[in-house]
Amino acid sequence: MGENLGVSAVHEPQTQAPASREHAAATPDVRLDHVTKQFDDVVAVDDLTLEIERGSFFAMLGPSGCGKTTTLRMIGGFEQPTAGDIYLGDREVSGLPAYKRDVNTVFQSYALFPHLSVLENVAFGLRRRGVKGADVRTQVRDILKVVGLEGMERRRPRQLSGGQQQRVALARALVNRPRVLLLDEPLGALDLKLRKQMQLELKGIQHEVGITFIHVTHDQEEAMTMADRIAVMNGGRIEQLGTPTELYEKPETAFVAGFLGVSNLLPGNVVAGDRVRLRGGPEVQVPTAALAGRTGDVGVGIRPEKIDLNGEHENRLDGRIVESAYVGVATQYVVETPCGRLTVYAQNTQPGSGASGRDRAVTLSWNPESTFVVDSMEEETE
Amino acid sequence: MGFLHRHRGLTPYLLLAPGLVYLTFFFAVPLGFLVHQSLESGNFDIGYSFTWAWGNYSAAIRGYGAQFARSFEYAGIATVLALLFSYPLAYWIAFRGGRWRNLFLLFIVAPFFVTYLIRTLAWETILADQGPVVRILRDVGILGSGGRLLATSVAVVAGLTYNFLPFMALPLYVSLEQMDGRLIEAAQDLYASRWRAFLRVTLPLSLPGVVAGTLLTFIPAAGDFINAQLLGSPGQHMIGNVIQSKFLELIDYPAAASMSFVLMATILLAVALYARAVGTEKLTG
Repeated sequence: MGENLGVSAVHEPQTQAPASREHAAATPDVRLDHVTKQFDDVVAVDDLTLEIERGSFFAMLGPSGCGKTTTLRMIGGFEQPTAGDIYLGDREVSGLPAYKRDVNTVFQSYALFPHLSVLENVAFGLRRRGVKGADVRTQVRDILKVVGLEGMERRRPRQLSGGQQQRVALARALVNRPRVLLLDEPLGALDLKLRKQMQLELKGIQHEVGITFIHVTHDQEEAMTMADRIAVMNGGRIEQLGTPTELYEKPETAFVAGFLGVSNLLPGNVVAGDRVRLRGGPEVQVPTAALAGRTGDVGVGIRPEKIDLNGEHENRLDGRIVESAYVGVATQYVVETPCGRLTVYAQNTQPGSGASGRDRAVTLSWNPESTFVVDSMEEETE
Repeated sequence: MGFLHRHRGLTPYLLLAPGLVYLTFFFAVPLGFLVHQSLESGNFDIGYSFTWAWGNYSAAIRGYGAQFARSFEYAGIATVLALLFSYPLAYWIAFRGGRWRNLFLLFIVAPFFVTYLIRTLAWETILADQGPVVRILRDVGILGSGGRLLATSVAVVAGLTYNFLPFMALPLYVSLEQMDGRLIEAAQDLYASRWRAFLRVTLPLSLPGVVAGTLLTFIPAAGDFINAQLLGSPGQHMIGNVIQSKFLELIDYPAAASMSFVLMATILLAVALYARAVGTEKLTG
């Protein structure tokens, strides 16, 4: 029955956008509308609303148990939401089983069919949709070329390396030209070097095929390398959604600041629309936009590489170096200040610069524009 | 200790030795005796002597072709029935059994706690002319008023199916239980309905279990004589019954030995053909 979802049906453009919708032209590829998923008494996904643009590379990033995989599985049709609606284009799909959805998945550890050759693994979806004979072989050959596995058609999955298996899994999904490709920790099983290489390749392939990719990962660097937009998830909710730059430069919560890279967070108290008094320390200036009308207790954040060891900038804080470590491109310092310990990265741009100056008194300084503000992190233990 | 350290290469052989010694004394040597015996001639009164009596073999095949054929027919039908009953059972336990799995497996093995003979005798009672099964079948008209189950091929095949069912169900369970559930999800993700996913993924991946179960059921069933003896009549006798009576009642050792060899050879041939049809690749996974 449903498997004769013909190729033509899959490629059919979504022409019947209802006139009632405001931005019919910019219908997102995937839309989640107040989606909740509950397993017994655990709420895995909590009232999630999300739109993913067509052709974008979207990442869901978070620690294990944050609901990212459950969200992916609901989009794929492997779980049904407890409440809320999921749209693929204009179509509401929440009740639809996986095999009737125009979505394909690259599974964690690939789930390749061990009894089938590479050719038959990749052809699996094509055959189910009624593609025949020579067409199957041509399409399989073309997609294997895209993922760099020409001539591997007759191998069995167990005769391939981890990286090659990963590519087969990718080809097996992409060959169907789905509306959306779901990637569930696709690089988790690869070693570091191969992972870095595959990150760039995946990004390139996504550009080439132009399909919407939704990528689930707990690796912030992986998400930042590949994704156009990232949703940082925590406790079944989206903490913050934005481009990698936005998330890194202007994290809105202590969780996001801590999850993406290293950050220094100092407690403080708002004294004016653009000024915060650090607890036990001086007043510093922050962008009005970053403060966003907050009053009372807040957390002031500065990324370690934005801090200078000599007081050239407007925001200043006296301290004493207690630890320093030379890590090649930079030297990492831990500086004790009245407001708490700060981590500072100083780039080793000059020859001969290196770890030095332990127990030296310094004046840390940074540009007010590099400062971000999060809600008071009293209850957070980041 | 020091010896083993210096001669590491010996370890596999030492591990192999107990089994090898056992097989030599309790399998290879008796088999040799049997070969010898199958080529003897004479009778119980004057004694038997070795005469290269190949005629025993042709006599066995000519005289008992019907029993040979019946053995394979009954064993074949029982194997197919056991497969049809066991597959859904094993599938259900493996995928839906949840935390009760081990209990369900225990239920499958439970009959083994009762002797084979007693179990088959119980079936004799169940299928007896005055028993509940026959009465119900007569009442609903499936059996005529004088119809019976005992002493029919139905009873013998039913007995064989029942007795060998666990040998089919357990290997099937093992092959299904170790299957990665994500493969089925992957198939569904690639537009296969539940039924298609079963046919294209679950079934082929469970083939090693099907093959193991088929062999474990078919081979002993083909040589069985208890079911035919207790649930059948001479009209349902299998080659096992003939061998048993030749050995123990008629004391015609050469005939019994040659029949045993013909049975063994035929089973080996059948297994070889079966393995070839299914493909050795699938047997080894």
